[in-house]
Amino acid sequence: MKPSYDIIVVGGGPAGTMTAKYAAENGADVCVLEKTRDIGYPVRCGEAVGHDGITQFVEMQKNWIAEKINSCTLVSPEGTKLDVPFANETGYILNRRIFDYDLSRLASKAGAQIFTKVKVQGLLFENDKIIGVKVNHLGEDKEIKGKIIVGADGVDSRVGRWAGLKTTVKIRDMESCMQYSVSNIDVKRNNMTMFVGKNYAPGGYLWIFPKGDNFANIGLGISGKYSKHKSAKKYLDEFMSREFPDASIHTSMCGGCPIAYPIKKPVADNIMIVGDAAHHINPVTGGGITPAMKSGMLAGIVGAEAIKYNDQSEKFLEKYVKAIDKDFTKRHHTLYKIKEAISQLSDEDINGIARNIDSIPTEKRTLRKVFMSSMLKKPSLIIDVMRIFTGL
Amino acid sequence: MINIIENKCDFCGTCVGVCPANCIDVDEASILINHKKCIDCDLCVYICPIEVLESINEA
Repeated sequence: MKPSYDIIVVGGGPAGTMTAKYAAENGADVCVLEKTRDIGYPVRCGEAVGHDGITQFVEMQKNWIAEKINSCTLVSPEGTKLDVPFANETGYILNRRIFDYDLSRLASKAGAQIFTKVKVQGLLFENDKIIGVKVNHLGEDKEIKGKIIVGADGVDSRVGRWAGLKTTVKIRDMESCMQYSVSNIDVKRNNMTMFVGKNYAPGGYLWIFPKGDNFANIGLGISGKYSKHKSAKKYLDEFMSREFPDASIHTSMCGGCPIAYPIKKPVADNIMIVGDAAHHINPVTGGGITPAMKSGMLAGIVGAEAIKYNDQSEKFLEKYVKAIDKDFTKRHHTLYKIKEAISQLSDEDINGIARNIDSIPTEKRTLRKVFMSSMLKKPSLIIDVMRIFTGL
Repeated sequence: MINIIENKCDFCGTCVGVCPANCIDVDEASILINHKKCIDCDLCVYICPIEVLESINEA
């Protein structure tokens, strides 16, 4: 580890390693500091991604894919099952352990240095200016100087807070999540199943994402509005004992998923915030891998430019904000509104919608039609939904 | 005061994300609450997916 770098990235998930890759490719001297002993582990993720999302940045590798997904089944509170084949979309359930690891190798190949077991304990200041980070690396306290510090430190981000940025998640915008990776279950291959309704997962959904024969990620997220009364684990355990009493649990994991607006101000002098830490997550699906990679890429490019032009002021780093605004911020605002509209539907509303869609022949069903039908209670949102699916 | 039920925590950091007082520190295998900074809002208790935290009356 060197005493100083141009850019210090805190966090070795997809947001951090993409920041490092693109910053290094564009000429910056970069390091990634990961607090755990392994990049990519522990996994705290359902691991579902879209083909078009990931291939914006990297070519899909066979060993990243645990399951190819070409349809989804939505289950209503009263049990109506809606099969929706994907038209143009292809999805995957990833092996995040391998995927994250390979992304960090790509960052390293581009010239970034990766370090694990580094606990960042605070920022270094000189006359109120951020000049680096205080760390503990393998038990030893150190100071590392950096011209730009990138907070890619996830849902429990503290880098932004230390710099005075508001990354705290409102409890109503936090999903409390629990997941088991299980075997000895009979689930449909190449298909993801999502259960909605207050009994399964109030203010969220329950998912079954297959990962090979007789194996799947089964998990759920419930809104922080409801987790006070009953925890995510209790909801999942009830579902498992009811539906899959003979399943073996190979991994159990929990975590938080911010389904909020992207934070208003993800930059300050010498600071940028990316990925989950900046709430760059699709608020409807809770999917955060693609937006994390996107904000990482854009922050990496702008960061390298800020080094090249020797200007790491907030004003210069605003270029990163403009880039994400142009790319996904507006879309996420719309998705947030859709999430809010869906969360106001009662179980009876959803049952009605499901019965309605059930009357459309399977081959004529599209994700778009399903979403459109769910918006009937608030017609103004149909226009927003149209925009999303037509890419405007 | 917030009590951490020992050996139950998975160190996921969800509580850190919602803590308005920024008083929780989660490491790879440890969790610490700075009780001097804690404002007893109990949001961490409500959000924890696996019920690691509990609110206890000091009286």
